[in-house]
Formats: sequence, C-alpha cells, structure tokens
Amino acid sequence: MSDWGADWTRAAFAPNSNPSFADLLRSTEPSALPTAGPGGGPGQPQTPVPQATTILALTFADGVVMAGDRRATEGYQIADRYIVKVFPADHYSAVAIAGAAGPAIDMVRLFQTELEHYEKVEGETLSLEGKANKLAQMIKQNFPMAMQGLVVVPLFAGFDVRKAAGRIFRYDAVGGRYEDSSYHATGSGGKDARSALRTSWFKGMSRDKAIRAAVEALTVASEEDVATGGPDLARGIFPVIATVTGSGYEEITDDALRPVVADVIGKVAHTGEEAPV
Amino acid sequence: MSPMPYYVSPEQLMKDRADYARKGIARGKSILAIEGAEGIMLVAENPSSTLHKVSELYDRVAFCAVGKYNEFESLRIAGVRLADMRGFMYGREDVTAKSIANAYAQALGNIFTQEMKPYEVELMVAQLGEDQTTDELYHILYDGTVVDRQGFVAMGGQAEALVATLNEQYREGLTFDEALQLGTQALAGTDPTRTLATENLEVAVLDRSRPRRAFRRLADPDVARVLGG
Repeated sequence: MSDWGADWTRAAFAPNSNPSFADLLRSTEPSALPTAGPGGGPGQPQTPVPQATTILALTFADGVVMAGDRRATEGYQIADRYIVKVFPADHYSAVAIAGAAGPAIDMVRLFQTELEHYEKVEGETLSLEGKANKLAQMIKQNFPMAMQGLVVVPLFAGFDVRKAAGRIFRYDAVGGRYEDSSYHATGSGGKDARSALRTSWFKGMSRDKAIRAAVEALTVASEEDVATGGPDLARGIFPVIATVTGSGYEEITDDALRPVVADVIGKVAHTGEEAPV
Repeated sequence: MSPMPYYVSPEQLMKDRADYARKGIARGKSILAIEGAEGIMLVAENPSSTLHKVSELYDRVAFCAVGKYNEFESLRIAGVRLADMRGFMYGREDVTAKSIANAYAQALGNIFTQEMKPYEVELMVAQLGEDQTTDELYHILYDGTVVDRQGFVAMGGQAEALVATLNEQYREGLTFDEALQLGTQALAGTDPTRTLATENLEVAVLDRSRPRRAFRRLADPDVARVLGG
C-alpha cells in the first residue's frame, strides 16, 4: 500500500528549484494528470462525452471581456444547461474552454494551480506571455487525448500589467498559440459569434459596449447553432461574462446582465413579433 | 557521519547541536504573530524588501521564519508544494496548518538528529479560522518540537523579551491597526535606543474579510499611516 501522505512529503522536501506544479505532480502522482485512457486509438469512435461549446473574448478600452454560453452537448443531446466555461486563471487573467468538457475543466484546474504555485514559490506572478505559453504546453501534452477525439481548445485572455492593455490568446488542438489584438470566438458557434463581433467590435470600445457585444454575439450564435444555448430569461439562464482589467478579474452578475440580455434578445431574436404565416 | 575519535555521550551531542542552533537563531531579527478580531497580524523586522520572512502557503495558511535564509526558504517552498499538492488532490479546505506543521516537525527532527549540522531556523505556521477562537498558531523549533500557541507567537533573538511584553499588553479582539501598533512597539522595545523605521518592517496579514486567499502584504505607506496615527 502506498502511503500518499509520506510520498508527497518526501517529494515536497526534495531539493528542487523547479517552480512548476505540473512537473511536481508528474513526478509524484502521475495518475492525477490528465492523460489518454486505455484503448481508443486514433480515429476510433469515442464514448460520447459532454462538449463545451461557444466561447469568446474581446478587448476593450480598459482590458478584456470573456464570455461563454451555458450549454454542453453530447451528440444530439443537451448534456448540461448551466455549465460554466469561463474561469479566473489568476487575478489578472481568465480562461474559457471549448471542446471535451471533462478534460478541459481538469486542465483549467491544473492551470490555475500552476499559476498560483509559481506565484507563491517565486514571490511574483508570471508575465501574461508566460502564462499563455504555459497553457500552450498543457494543450501540447493533451495531444494523445486530442488524437482520441478529446480535443480541448481554450481561449486565454488577461490584462498585461506591463503593457497596461488587454490581450487575447487562442490555441489550436495541438498547442499552437496565436495572439488576437481585437476579438476571437471558438467552439461550435464560434464562426457565428465571430461574424457578429466583426460588425460590433471597434478599437477602444467602452466596457458597457463590450459586454453588450459579447451578449449579442452569443445570442446570434445560439440562433444559428444548435449546440449553443441562448440566454433564457424565463429560466434565468444567463451567459457567464467576466472582465479582466487593471483592477483584476470580475464576473458580471446576472442582475446586471438582465437588462442587457432582455434588450439583445428582443432585437436579435425578434421576440414579441408574430411569426410569418 | 564520520567516525569520531573520542566517545561523546548522546546527551552531550544533542546539547551541542541544540546550543549551536539556538545561537544561530538568537542572531536573527524577531517576528511576531498576533491574533485579532480581523485576522492574524504578522510583523517581522526585516530590512530587505524582497527576501521575505513572512509568506503565503495557502488560502488561509501563512508561514513565518527566523534564522538562516537559505534554510528556511527551502522549507517554505516545501510547504507550498505540500499545500498545493494536497489542495489539488483533495480539496481546498483539506489543506490545514496542522498537517503542514507536522511535516515540518518531521523534517526538522530528522535533520536535527541525522545531518552534520542542525538547521538554524524557527518556523511558525498560522491558520486563519472563522473567528479568533478557531485561529491556529503552530510554533516549530529547530529540533522538530511543535508547540500549539494561543493569542500570539514570538520568535527570533529577542523572543523572550517579546513574550514578556505581549503577556502584559496582549488582549483578545485587537483590530489590525491595534495589533500592528502593539507588535511594532514590542519589537522596538527590545532595544530602547533605536526606533524602527517602516522600511525595516515586513508586515502581512491573514485577513478574515477576504474570500479565498486571505494572505495580504501591507505596503510601507499603509504601515506608516497606521503607525503615524
């Protein structure tokens, strides 16, 4: 029987100057890392797992807005109506997930711990660039799972304290990292959300305009894409929207979103109009 | 350990090691941890603004140390690793000061008896509770002895004088400002000929009003404002 506590203690006290938590986990408890399960080689059909869908991020005058709808799908089924896809990565950054929900949420948890661990060990936070690269490495390590169909495609955005500006990073399934200076959306409804943002986004837009643009883009995506859940006033389902600025990560409350969502639904989804006969 | 030319009794060996460690610690500047209504106040005399003696281990757990920097720094990193490991494998609430203090005690105990030279450090692990009655302060000595303290902990060269001062002046339910004033007075009082400049103080708190990560450092201007007023 392995004594976990003792193993961890030994690993913790071993002389080592590597500030990476993922590396510590790999050497101590590798089974806790997200890895490819047995079987299911390339191209083989997968057991359906919940897929997280549309997420987006856009820059505005004081930082970035990040948003995600609340639906997860499993084939043609709705797996979750309330899933949260936008998370704080640390005080000055946020990460949103699309793709296989389970591994993606695992990856976020590891990423959050990684950033906090680095901050505590080194006594200072990683640069935004450093955080973005760290996430790219994690996606690269997920490659065997991506080959089995468990693709994770996060979006990373944050406030670059040194440049005093919001920045957005997007990734591909193999860990390629690309920076977007304006906006990006990904997931099943990403293309529709990007089309909406193409017309609504402009450089240096205000916080309120940026939040409205995010709600609008998600609503448009939900009108065009079955896997994207639209805001639902009757059931009180609102997208998760967060801003990251010089004062940190802040999630917009449902109460603050309600009037924006009501207005957007009226205009985009034409509620209250009679259907054509 | 290399073979000894003469017989040395175990009692003498341990006593020599303890004396050696104590002398090293006595040269160091002092640290105080004081429980209060708003949280736990940690005040250290530390001329460096980058080499910390007080730091964060986890959401509600902090670490203080006196003695040799390289020795307690490696112990601090071990504490962060242990805490993050536990928090990741179980849950965030499952990381406790007690388990970290026990790990430190084991490590220091082993080093004290088995290594060429004992560590010249004294550690304190503090855990913030819901209120002052559930706060926990663990004081760990160079030989691995753990002591569970209530109210306050003093460590370093002037520990005895500090304990005497605080025994007189400490009361329950101090605010952060009061605890900082008391702590600074006690630290300065160890030597009446000098005053403590704000730049020579390292101040941090475990703040009960913060939702997740309770550890917060106080910048020099904030400290100066409290001590000036």
